[in-house]
Amino acid sequence: MTESSIQVLYFSWIRETIGSDEEIVALAPTVHTVGDLLAKLCRRGANYQRAFSDPGRVRAAVNQTHVTLDHPVSAGDEVAFFPPVTGG
Amino acid sequence: MRVVVQADPIDATREYAVVRDRLGGQAGAIVTFSGLMREMGEDGALANMTLEHYPAMTRQELERIAREAQGRWELDEVVVVHRFGTLKPGDEIVVVVTAARHRREAFEAAWFLMDYLKTRAPFWKKETTATGRQRWVDARTTDASAAARWGKTGTRDRPTSANPAGSRRRRGD
Repeated sequence: MTESSIQVLYFSWIRETIGSDEEIVALAPTVHTVGDLLAKLCRRGANYQRAFSDPGRVRAAVNQTHVTLDHPVSAGDEVAFFPPVTGG
Repeated sequence: MRVVVQADPIDATREYAVVRDRLGGQAGAIVTFSGLMREMGEDGALANMTLEHYPAMTRQELERIAREAQGRWELDEVVVVHRFGTLKPGDEIVVVVTAARHRREAFEAAWFLMDYLKTRAPFWKKETTATGRQRWVDARTTDASAAARWGKTGTRDRPTSANPAGSRRRRGD
């Protein structure tokens, strides 16, 4: 991972729909928040659009902490996208 | 505090006994909660269930929730043990043990831990039916409202329905 990239993780049916559990994404100058990153990922293909088509069913974490979509992202962050959790 | 995320079956009896043997006499109340895998899913009888989790985050999120409980109630011990991997019907998914001087703290803390864990611990259940069909379990909106009634993280807000009179330093149970 270079200094200007972030690590993105996917879980559950979001992982299955995208077809990947982990990838490195270059941090474009237009990406300031988790929501910006989500929008950028959706441009990668129909599988991403399907996975993120219902924003109400997408949750995010930055560096292993729950965040909302307006949370900032920086180079070197680990960002995870997943559905609402169903443990317990 | 003891927080464990494990693939092996949970020995709920042992989790209770360890707390009792160490704290019995000091703690006057121990609540042990077990969440079990049910035999029936929405699509019929289940063969098994797989719990996916976010390994780098799971343990620290459970520890955050346990610390939150310790901040809200005067507890002698908090134990959270959660499974991941493949489970069979009847298996324990999660075991929570809380020990306190009096029952109110132990009951409320265990209830809080389960409500919070259900909406915050990064686990996802995938059920496989006896006929081989698989589906991801949907989060229930009732879980979100159950967690919300405890108030925001970091505050001392208490549930409105379950807690008419208790306070953290209450001693008269």
